[in-house]
Amino acid sequence: MADGWLKLAGGEGGGVLLQAGGHWDARNVTHLDRQLRGLGPMDAAQPKSDLTLDLGQVERLDTAGAWLLYRTLKEFRDSGARAEYAGLSPAHAAMLEVVAANDQPCEIEPPRSWALITILDHLGRGVLDVAEEAKQQIAFLGLILATLAGTLRHPGRLRLVPLVYHMEKVGLNALPIVGLISFLIGVVLAYQGATQLQRFGAEIFVVNLIAVSVLREIAILLTAIVVAGRSGSAFTAEIGSMVVNEEVDAMRTLGLDPIEVLVLPRVLALVITLPLLAFFADMMGLFGGMLMCWGALDISPGLFLERLQGAISPWSFWVGMIKAPVFAFLIAMVGCLEGLRVTRSAESVGQQTTRSVVTGIFLVIVFDAVFSIFFATVGV
Amino acid sequence: MAEAIIKIQGLKTQFGDQIIHQDLDLEVRRGEILGIVGGSGTGKSVLLRTIVGLNRPAAGRIEVFGEDLSKITPAERLALEQRWGVLFQDGALFSSLTVAQNIEVPMKEHLGMPPRLRDEIAALKIAMVGLPPEAGSKYPSELSGGMRKRAGLARSLALDPDLIFLDEPTAGLDPIGAANFDQLIRQLQENLGLTVFMVTHDLDSLHAICDRIAVLADKRVLVVGPMADMLRHEHPWLREYFHGPRARAAQPKLEGVGG
Repeated sequence: MADGWLKLAGGEGGGVLLQAGGHWDARNVTHLDRQLRGLGPMDAAQPKSDLTLDLGQVERLDTAGAWLLYRTLKEFRDSGARAEYAGLSPAHAAMLEVVAANDQPCEIEPPRSWALITILDHLGRGVLDVAEEAKQQIAFLGLILATLAGTLRHPGRLRLVPLVYHMEKVGLNALPIVGLISFLIGVVLAYQGATQLQRFGAEIFVVNLIAVSVLREIAILLTAIVVAGRSGSAFTAEIGSMVVNEEVDAMRTLGLDPIEVLVLPRVLALVITLPLLAFFADMMGLFGGMLMCWGALDISPGLFLERLQGAISPWSFWVGMIKAPVFAFLIAMVGCLEGLRVTRSAESVGQQTTRSVVTGIFLVIVFDAVFSIFFATVGV
Repeated sequence: MAEAIIKIQGLKTQFGDQIIHQDLDLEVRRGEILGIVGGSGTGKSVLLRTIVGLNRPAAGRIEVFGEDLSKITPAERLALEQRWGVLFQDGALFSSLTVAQNIEVPMKEHLGMPPRLRDEIAALKIAMVGLPPEAGSKYPSELSGGMRKRAGLARSLALDPDLIFLDEPTAGLDPIGAANFDQLIRQLQENLGLTVFMVTHDLDSLHAICDRIAVLADKRVLVVGPMADMLRHEHPWLREYFHGPRARAAQPKLEGVGG
């Protein structure tokens, strides 16, 4: 690749003569820029030397190269010296004119404020955002319940095909992953519990440990978290991309209610299928625990089942199951709301999807704590 | 006749079973503005994307600046890519960077220019495409469609290319904005000696700034030539395109040429 070069020659009468040649283009400006800046018109030794820029040997000149020449000339002139081009061809003159006509400094980044102020600003906005978010969620809850009430009065308006479709997607298709995770957690609980309880010779109580923790807490919590990651995010992404595509607006202009068409089938599908998934997770968790007890502790399945009946009351099971529809509603509601809050850019689909998963899991765990307190108070 | 800067011979492109181009030949000459027209689905944008290397052709030969694109090494391709710029339909600016930072991306990546020089040249390009100085520190989402296109054009000019590809540069602009953009392209082409490869549907652009027009139909380039040739041509699609009601509105000065 051809090079651009620059030669400094003493001009007549104490002035500076700069000879430029070769290719003055974007590929060569980096080193030319360094050389020219080193030159500096403010040089103390020559406060106001005159400059002649000889372009006679320049073969190629583009805007980047022309900018360097123009800038140097301007710096010398601004410092009060005389500065001129020499040996200009018409094409080079035209290029230098283009550059001179477009000499317009601009900002590269928006101005930054002080770090402390930025932090306080973020904090304040964050608090307001949380308040706004809570308000929107409560309003959206009301909207869903009102639409649901309307649908209950006119059951014909319920959209069955989408409902079944979403039940398959969020329920049936989630069976393998939910089952596998619960099974493995059952195994882990049995193993960890056994090593602790063996020290007291109380390994038979592993059955109680597994039964109570799986049925009351772990199966439903894990299922809800998996579903929030799997289906809550899918709801947001599906509805969000419809918003980006203006499909939701089109629905409104056609007299279709997006809550009824998009939100309700998803919410109902999850409310129906999450308890089923939770039941499946219960069974797989117990099964995993049972296998581990048999393999590692020599507690036979028969003995396991016998202990199981002694260890738990029906309430242990129902405590877990009651939570399922509530968690399902929270996850679906957050997923749909975040989807509808997407603005018209592809970027915001991603942001809202992340938000939907985080908020969904957060609400599930908050409500799980609320349930624990409630059940402890009523004594089950 | 000026030398050919792009030379396409026997190009064939296909997606699955669907053949988009078959035996397509085309030459783009140095310093001209070539407009590519054709009905929807005739593969105008695909042709552009194939030349810049975003699609692989199934057969045929594409030469740009005299180098066969299928035979060059990745390093040679990188060098070649610095000699052309591409403006996508909506500017395709990086949304996390300001306009000025967008323009600086290629300078930083490929030429390793020092930051101060980058800032100066970015400001120069912003002025050249007719954006106000405040636009430099704005993010793409804060700009109107017309300004995003200008910013995209500035980025495609960042390395002072010899050749630029424009994909529907005036689509989505109001008539005044479109006319201004046409003038900008013409002016830059004259000032910088650019060669312009432009996919367009805009009859006004075709009349106002294109030196030659290539018509894509039947999977190949049906005809290439200046506007006057297009108006004389007998192919039914061409007659309809260049003599339809919208075409007549766009060609007041040429009335009587085509009949």
